[in-house]
Amino acid sequence: MTELAVEVENLSKAYGKIQAVSDVSFPIHDGELFGLIGPDGAGKTTTMRILCGLLSFDNGQCKVLNFDVFTQLKQIKKIIGYMPQRFSLYPDLTVSENLRFFADLFQVTPKDREERLNRLLKFSNLEPFQKRRADQLSGGMKQKLALSCTLIHRPKLLILDEPTTGVDPISRREFWEILHELKQEGVTLLVSTPYMDEANQCDRVAMMHRGKILTIDSPQNISNLFSDYLLEIITDELIHTSNQLKELAEIKSVQIFGDKIHVTTENVDQVINVIRTNFPGVCSIHKIEPGIEDTFIELMQK
Amino acid sequence: MNHTSVKVQHLTKKFGNFTAVDNISLEVKGGEIFGFLGANGAGKTTTIRMLCGLLRPTSGEAWVNGYSINENSEEIKKNIGYMSQKFSLYNDLTVEENITFYGGIYGLNSSSLKQRREWILEKLNLNDQRRTLTREIPLGWKQRLALGCAILHQPPIIFLDEPTSGVDPISRREFWELINELAQQGTTIFVTTHYMDEAEYCNRLSIMHQGEIITIDSPRTLKKEYDKATIEDVFISLVGKWGIGYKGIREIRNME
Repeated sequence: MTELAVEVENLSKAYGKIQAVSDVSFPIHDGELFGLIGPDGAGKTTTMRILCGLLSFDNGQCKVLNFDVFTQLKQIKKIIGYMPQRFSLYPDLTVSENLRFFADLFQVTPKDREERLNRLLKFSNLEPFQKRRADQLSGGMKQKLALSCTLIHRPKLLILDEPTTGVDPISRREFWEILHELKQEGVTLLVSTPYMDEANQCDRVAMMHRGKILTIDSPQNISNLFSDYLLEIITDELIHTSNQLKELAEIKSVQIFGDKIHVTTENVDQVINVIRTNFPGVCSIHKIEPGIEDTFIELMQK
Repeated sequence: MNHTSVKVQHLTKKFGNFTAVDNISLEVKGGEIFGFLGANGAGKTTTIRMLCGLLRPTSGEAWVNGYSINENSEEIKKNIGYMSQKFSLYNDLTVEENITFYGGIYGLNSSSLKQRREWILEKLNLNDQRRTLTREIPLGWKQRLALGCAILHQPPIIFLDEPTSGVDPISRREFWELINELAQQGTTIFVTTHYMDEAEYCNRLSIMHQGEIITIDSPRTLKKEYDKATIEDVFISLVGKWGIGYKGIREIRNME
């Protein structure tokens, strides 16, 4: 049995009348890459900030690496790294100056400092840019620098709040390669993301909605929760066909998905028949496996 | 429907020694959804700001709804809606007050403002929040409100700069349904995004890299041309292989 890196039990937090987190419980195993997804306002950031000891809470218990968030915060702060949505880099400091600043902040000894700095610069591919000012970095590079600053004191648990929002696809891929490397090194990661392809790369995912956790499982098992059938339709008349499909009683939802249409239904055969006979513009129609996004949307609409 | 809505010819913008936009040309038809893709720092926002009449080009010309960005930038502002990366909503105003405020800026008279405001609140499902302070509504709703404010004056063209950044899947889907509807009614949509599934929704798209447009066509044609299953793969293969190595070398050289 693996150790637990995070134990949250019956956690609740309200801001005035708004119940941001409502009786939430979940464990994160040591060395796990754990994803947190959910719509805006679901309570993801609040949960993360509580685990970092940045916010008080109303009820429940939280343990981080066996330390109690309420009574042993000092110990926790030394061994976790937190990257908020807007990480404060110093725009007028260079890449390596920012890293040195965070090293001092976390009381890394000068001897260890240079070694770690060089390692992080290599690791994040920022080595060629170490003399560049932070405000002259691209969005993807800024996020990598922020992550590097978060790693300077070698935390055992990393908490990352939407680290790739607004980052282009290439930088995003690179960023996740770095996260996988950290996992290989034994770091536990808690990451929130609006990107479903990133959720798919986690060991387990918790889906939050209105302060509650709807489900926690592996991405594959969450995808399997989808209760209807999903059909993919290819047509030359995308918008026209999609509007017509919305009229069909057997079809529960119609969504344009790139250059294809996805429909959900309980009666696959019937719907396929209806479409084949009545929609001459449709080039192909077949059943496809649902993804985590499909389950996400289904669970939220219940 | 098939008139030219945006026409860009040899547009260039330099900031000091840095060329942010490098001699780009493109054309967008009325009612088209045009995806303007590129990595961070490729020059997308700079281009959009020029097309909105907010930034003067170093050289080149562009026409938006027939108006020259060099000569008629004030006229352009009346003919476009612009939703920037960071929404310019007033957090300490209510949802309704923000709409009224923008209506005033766009010079709507009180009866048409009232009619547009009700239409937008209804259309964007914001009726229950009309008296809520904007700072208290979630990001997905703010984004809808920002779009609503950008289309209050029924502009023929809207520029959306990463409108769905950080927005959850359901809100993103709803947002795109609205975009499709606007396009069907003839509004031209000029949009940037880092979500490659959204890029697939566009009628045509361009990929920008280091200030230049490296390819432009329909998603289907691009996938066929580069023999990839998704636009994400097209993007990665074009910008990744062709770009990062080259860019890395150039940037190191610049520093020396």
